[in-house]
Amino acid sequence: MENISFYVDDKEVIIDVDPSTRLLDVLRIKLHITGVKEGCGEGACGACSVIVDGVCYDSCLTPVANVIGKHITTIEGFRNTPQYRIIADAFADFGASQCGFCTPGMILNTYTLLKKNPHPTEEEVRVALSGNLCRCTGYNAIVKAVLDIAENGGDIEW
Amino acid sequence: MPSNFKNSTVKIDNEEKMAGLALFTDDLPAKDFLWCRPLRSNIACGRIRSINIPKLPKGYYYVDARDIVKENVVNIIFSDWPVFADRRVNYYGETIGLLIGPDKEVLEELARMSQVNYDEETPEYELVNSQIHKEFKKGDFEAAKKDYDYTLTETFETGYQEQVYLETQGMIMWLDGDKITIKASMQCPFYIKNAVVRTLGCDPSKVRVIQPAVGGAFGGKEHYPSMMAAQMATAIVKIKKPLKMIFDRGEDLMYTTKRHPSRTTYEGYVKEGKLVGVKATVRLNGGAYKGCSGVVLSRALIAVVDSYNVPNLDVTGDVYITNTMPTAAFRGFGSPQTIFAFEMFIEHIAKKAGLDPVEFKLAHLVEKGMVTAVSGKFHDDIILPQLVERAMEMSDFKRKYKEYSQPGSNRGIGLSTFLHGCGFTGSGESTIINAQLKLTKDENDIVHLYTSQVDFGQGNRTTLKKVVSNTLGIPEEQVTHEAPDTDHTLSTGPTAASRTMIIVGFLCEKAAKHLKEIWKPGEYQEWIEPYVGPDYIHWDEDTMQGDAYPGYAWGVNIIEVSFDPITYQIKVEGCWSTYDVGHAIDDRIVVGQADGGLAQAIGYGYLENMEVAEGRFRQKTLSDYIVPTAVDLPMMETELMDNLFAYGASGAKGCGELTFVGGAPALGHAIEQAIKHDIHKIPATPEYLMEVIEHGKY
Repeated sequence: MENISFYVDDKEVIIDVDPSTRLLDVLRIKLHITGVKEGCGEGACGACSVIVDGVCYDSCLTPVANVIGKHITTIEGFRNTPQYRIIADAFADFGASQCGFCTPGMILNTYTLLKKNPHPTEEEVRVALSGNLCRCTGYNAIVKAVLDIAENGGDIEW
Repeated sequence: MPSNFKNSTVKIDNEEKMAGLALFTDDLPAKDFLWCRPLRSNIACGRIRSINIPKLPKGYYYVDARDIVKENVVNIIFSDWPVFADRRVNYYGETIGLLIGPDKEVLEELARMSQVNYDEETPEYELVNSQIHKEFKKGDFEAAKKDYDYTLTETFETGYQEQVYLETQGMIMWLDGDKITIKASMQCPFYIKNAVVRTLGCDPSKVRVIQPAVGGAFGGKEHYPSMMAAQMATAIVKIKKPLKMIFDRGEDLMYTTKRHPSRTTYEGYVKEGKLVGVKATVRLNGGAYKGCSGVVLSRALIAVVDSYNVPNLDVTGDVYITNTMPTAAFRGFGSPQTIFAFEMFIEHIAKKAGLDPVEFKLAHLVEKGMVTAVSGKFHDDIILPQLVERAMEMSDFKRKYKEYSQPGSNRGIGLSTFLHGCGFTGSGESTIINAQLKLTKDENDIVHLYTSQVDFGQGNRTTLKKVVSNTLGIPEEQVTHEAPDTDHTLSTGPTAASRTMIIVGFLCEKAAKHLKEIWKPGEYQEWIEPYVGPDYIHWDEDTMQGDAYPGYAWGVNIIEVSFDPITYQIKVEGCWSTYDVGHAIDDRIVVGQADGGLAQAIGYGYLENMEVAEGRFRQKTLSDYIVPTAVDLPMMETELMDNLFAYGASGAKGCGELTFVGGAPALGHAIEQAIKHDIHKIPATPEYLMEVIEHGKY
């Protein structure tokens, strides 16, 4: 066990934990950030996605030692941003969330895609979201929602 | 462009789910809850000689069949599945007992050190031991087979399918005084309650089931949570501590129920361009226990000639018991297996007779007033020809079909037409389920709707509420519809069988009409509405004769694929669908079902491969059990056509399962056209297609 420090949703966190602990467990169990979900525990579904210094990672495959000093954004921080509102409104309009279990991860990946590439093609959207499994929507509404933002989002600062 | 859905409201729980605020079972506060870790059999079949559990540290417990309070059986339709294996095990992974304690890693270690000794017996994996048999006839098949121009006999196989709800199975349970309280990922709160009451022999008032957010279900959470509840209830009575059991993905894949694998043989006869007779032999692998397999078989048999009219039938079906994980409910419930098989067969026999397969099929579509496969009657209007025509226009089917039939096209387009009976089979809604719906109005004129319907993503918390507010003519905000709590709601039945809208929606509408009639502003009022179905529905389960369902929903899928002759990979290039769900209470929600159902069916058709070797599933993770990702699917186009049903809310029928049953055969037809060979099996993996193309193996 050792003290490990990093930032979660803009707050500094210092915890005494085995450095090999999964970031997912630190977030869910130690910090009670339950908006981060465990769907598979092996990096196949993306439900546990979090943003680490601007890039989406599967927190189930990330040992907490790898994020020392880094800035992590979870859905619980991201939901307070104007960028979340834009994505969430488009998701609502197209019906992109059904059971909702994959949705926080899907939204974070949508954000990192649009930040990097504000006007993606359909193919680029599908590739960017291919690490996030959804069993309810067939991705149809999700992809349409993201393309709609790309087309009509105007000059949003991502 | 914004979505432009008509007639749609944003779902009640939409924002909390997107924002990560919704609490699923594993998200619920459960401080000081003890973990339950199943001790499972590591053989497929044998007698238990002894169970040796290591000395347990303080605060750790073990329970098994010896702790059963009243009855060692899980309350499922046919109750043969024990809560804990008693003296023998019948499949690999069967739960023998629960190890319970505060630390998961310690529990893993205790499980590793536990030793179960068996007298092993030879397991049966083949379909030889039929435990459920059903048969029926229509017309005179024997006469039809004596006078024909063409005949064909073929066998079709369909594989296992795992639901892969994104949230795995999970349950928490605690004692509130002497009352057992349960929150779990579920479909049917009253099934769970009844299972606990039955195994404990306790008074129903001592068990309360509350639904938290549920992350998908698709049938997989219809019966399995009853098993978990019965096991944990046995434990909680003994140790009186709050308990928690959450499966990881590996456990969920290996040890929970799947779709029934099937093997179906059709023998058909064509005379003067008409399919005059079919003999069908349907075989389902039920796994080690019967459970709900008899009902799954019923649905498979009722759908045995899909949406086509065949005057003479001789149908038999069997559920075979094998030493494998029991199979149970999954979207479609038996009908996807036979609808796939018959759709392929009717095109194959048309080709054998030298006829255009699509024209041949469409000439056999059932019409209003015709006799069903089980000698009932199609009472309501059928708009299949319109659905077909529109789907063909949307997809440019005729041009593509002709073009892709050329040699070397490596492209194909396939069409399926299909039906789905909504609600429980036959008169089950009136005789077995007996749904009762409670509607109250408080002094502030807020209306409270109580149902036992679980919203695991379909949006029924929103749509049922909408039925009530529309009927009362009040704003949606003036109606509440909370997730079920068995202490507050009467049973409106399980969330299954595409019955939510056709049955419970209808109840909501009737109850709201009655409340409107007696409405007194500013007063508390209550109305209880019992379900009364169409009086013309008569069904005999023993003979499998009569009107099988209150009503049918209909659909057409068209799927286009390309084929890579080097890698044998299929790529889905386009999907077009039209549906008659009676009337959509909410377009966006119904289209959402259509997209998701078809995606899951496409996975079933060519990607989702699950095999058993020595009684164990070979696919143990989501890296080897492959479900469709965003790159595996194209944009899907769906249109809905109204065809109002007299016994549904605003004319609504069902839609959850309808959107699944036609996907695999439409894909199968497209694959056949692309590879220029017939196929007889799903999933149509590259390995299978290579066998078909290179070695002529079917």
